[in-house]
Amino acid sequence: MYDFAYEKPGSLADAVKLLSADPDAKALAGGQTFIPVLKQRLNRPSTVVDLAKLGLTGITVSGDKVTIAAMTTHATIAASPEIKAKIPGLQHQASLIGDEAVRHRGTIGGSLANNDPAACYPSAVLALNGTIKTDRRSIPADEFFQGMFTTALEPGEIITSVELPVPQKSAYEKFRNPASRYAIVGVFVAKFASGVRLAITGAGQGGVFRHAEFEKALSANFAPEAIAGIATPAEGLNGDIHASPEYRAHLIGVVSKRAVAKAA
Amino acid sequence: MPQVTLTVNGQQHEVEVEGRTLLVELLREKLGLTGTHVGCDTSQCGACVVHIDGVSVKSCTQLALQADGTNITTIEGLAAADGTLHPMQEMFREHHALQCGFCTPGMVMTAVDLVQSHPDGLSEKEIREGLEGNLCRCTGYHNIVKAIAAAHPLMHAEAAE
Repeated sequence: MYDFAYEKPGSLADAVKLLSADPDAKALAGGQTFIPVLKQRLNRPSTVVDLAKLGLTGITVSGDKVTIAAMTTHATIAASPEIKAKIPGLQHQASLIGDEAVRHRGTIGGSLANNDPAACYPSAVLALNGTIKTDRRSIPADEFFQGMFTTALEPGEIITSVELPVPQKSAYEKFRNPASRYAIVGVFVAKFASGVRLAITGAGQGGVFRHAEFEKALSANFAPEAIAGIATPAEGLNGDIHASPEYRAHLIGVVSKRAVAKAA
Repeated sequence: MPQVTLTVNGQQHEVEVEGRTLLVELLREKLGLTGTHVGCDTSQCGACVVHIDGVSVKSCTQLALQADGTNITTIEGLAAADGTLHPMQEMFREHHALQCGFCTPGMVMTAVDLVQSHPDGLSEKEIREGLEGNLCRCTGYHNIVKAIAAAHPLMHAEAAE
């Protein structure tokens, strides 16, 4: 690992200042992706700005909204009775990320800011039509995820929380790589009074995406049969040693049906 | 050089580290606590698991500086001062839950946290899922699972005393 300076600011304003002043400074949340990246020398920050002392932890439920502070860990989300009651798909999703020790450190804000094309949370936040709150603004999920490892965040901008509308029903289904635990295909489905939203992670070359045809069919009839006849084109899907684009296209149908069956 | 102050197995240390120093490097190289192992460089194998403030964490995926002010337990801190083994260590021995022993420190630390966080009991499925982040290339896990199941009542009986 290359060496770097380390800062642990005590206020959000100081953290933003440190990150904005230096284009080579990088934010550290839970570090469960970032530290392995540093170990592989895939990134060479001048300064690592640790966000642990900004007080960005905790889960708040108010009426039809769940707000999760950015530095809340996967383990906390997976163990939260409130999340389980309000958004069971999200509680289940958090319990499937990495392994127990990784879940003790990894955070929802870090995962969203990184936007790994195989990360779990982007599918939940997109399917739930969430809002990403930062030090300076609110960004709707539909605008936040902009492609593989790319988000709407500006340089130096820090996610402070994510706000999620409570759906009538939700579920996450993950077909995972047995070694890395990442999704080969992961599907989050959320049913609201206004309709169904379904987001897919792990499969798209551009990262997480919604499936318009599935959403339309499921909004009319929220049952696995509703999407049984709809084929997903392999175009634009990832192909790697784990799965071809055609296989991923097939899995999207299978995994989506499972997710709907679980939620319905 | 930056300094980190932390408590390891009940003893307070002040150590000079670099920004890039990993917690596992601090433990092994600065404090000589070589019971914590490094088995991979991808955060997958779990040989380096220690407890930070009572919770299992991969010490290879944590900067030493992040651990400033924390209370750390390593495999060396489990047995009693007189050498009496921790019930989990005793059950690993009893059930022959190791062969080469390389993964064992991480397995034991993960297992202790798993048992502590499930006071009402642990199913075999929960034990196997709880070991997802710890890889063993010798045992096939079977005896490790048995050892953890056997340690559960012992640890909770001890805690109730």
